[in-house]
Amino acid sequence: MELLIIFISAALVNNFVLSYFLGICPFIGVSNKTSSAISMGMATTFVLVLTAIVSWLLYNLILVPYHLDFLQIPSFILVIAALVQFVEMVIKKVSQPLYRALGIFLPLITTNCAILGLALLAAMREYDFLESVIFGVGAGAGFTLALVIMAGIREELDLADVPKPFQGAPITLIVAGILALAFMGFAGMI
Amino acid sequence: MKKQVTLLKEFTKGLWEINPTFKQILGTCPTLAVTVSVINGIAMALATTFVLVFSSLIISLVRKLIPNQVRIAAYIVIIASFVTIVDLVMKAQFQDLSKALGPFIPLIVVNCIILGRAEAFASKNGPLRSVLDALGNGVGFFIALVIMGGIREVLGSRTFLGYQVLPNGFEPWLIMILPAGAFIVFGLLMGFSNMYVERKKNLEREALIAQYRRVGREEITDDVLKEAGV
Repeated sequence: MELLIIFISAALVNNFVLSYFLGICPFIGVSNKTSSAISMGMATTFVLVLTAIVSWLLYNLILVPYHLDFLQIPSFILVIAALVQFVEMVIKKVSQPLYRALGIFLPLITTNCAILGLALLAAMREYDFLESVIFGVGAGAGFTLALVIMAGIREELDLADVPKPFQGAPITLIVAGILALAFMGFAGMI
Repeated sequence: MKKQVTLLKEFTKGLWEINPTFKQILGTCPTLAVTVSVINGIAMALATTFVLVFSSLIISLVRKLIPNQVRIAAYIVIIASFVTIVDLVMKAQFQDLSKALGPFIPLIVVNCIILGRAEAFASKNGPLRSVLDALGNGVGFFIALVIMGGIREVLGSRTFLGYQVLPNGFEPWLIMILPAGAFIVFGLLMGFSNMYVERKKNLEREALIAQYRRVGREEITDDVLKEAGV
């Protein structure tokens, strides 16, 4: 039950993009087309879950026992950078089509604040191992959901008559605001 | 070789011309997240500027020692060190602010403004110019956060920096302090700043056309206008 609450909270109620403002750059940058939004969402979810696992192990097995938790920020970001690089190499070796589909999005994930934010939030809230993993899955699901909805809206928006100064990023942000309002409807769920 | 820009220009271009928030659309996450009140915005901007200036300085000093292949990793370690300093100082000295900003102080590491300036400027220029560029961008970020924070705090909780500025009869707009308000205010600001730039450009263009007419220049083609830089 506890795990379900963590999942729903990360995916819907406290959606990473629309209520924690984590991962706004890809949210605005890659939400032009539904297909690339899905690819980006999947790649990010994958890295989020891996980060949740690795950063939990790093924090609870190395940093805390040896009182090195002041090194949290540099060690987390290095682990994430290494992880993204590693995932990129593995995917390239294992599945060429998947690599081509995700290719350009993978390096971008390192600087996605959702990833580092997840590691920091999980450490701050002192989640146990399983909770961290579920938190990662939920955050990934929420990120993908927001990205895909946004991409769907933006495909329609291309046909709309938006005043010129507002085209592109400004109207995307305003639509995101309305979307955030809609997501507030989930607030009563937990 | 391009004309060397003056040192002053190196600083002032960050304020508006390449304002990191409104023009480069970098660092949007903290811009949206911490601007519930002006004081949070100021704290965030100061912390970011500190990291930006010092990491630009260090990166520009060691830029010739770092092999090209591992430069991003090296930059991130330098940035992360300064962020750790800020984080620990905030936790020790300003506990309330540190709590209000939550994970966004450590998240300065992945603020694209810092890595962006490191990659685009500090890795190619000397220390003095890099520091000026970093300061300019930091102040530009500061301005953006204060504007955002000001609008949201005044309309959302009737106060500015904690002092009440709107009368009690004014019903606070709750949406302004919710996430949705952040997105909408930011979108509108960006749109209006585009509109202002567009309008200014058109005025300059018309002034030039009028001037050409006066001196009796017949054809005013797009090429002529482009040459004059409008």
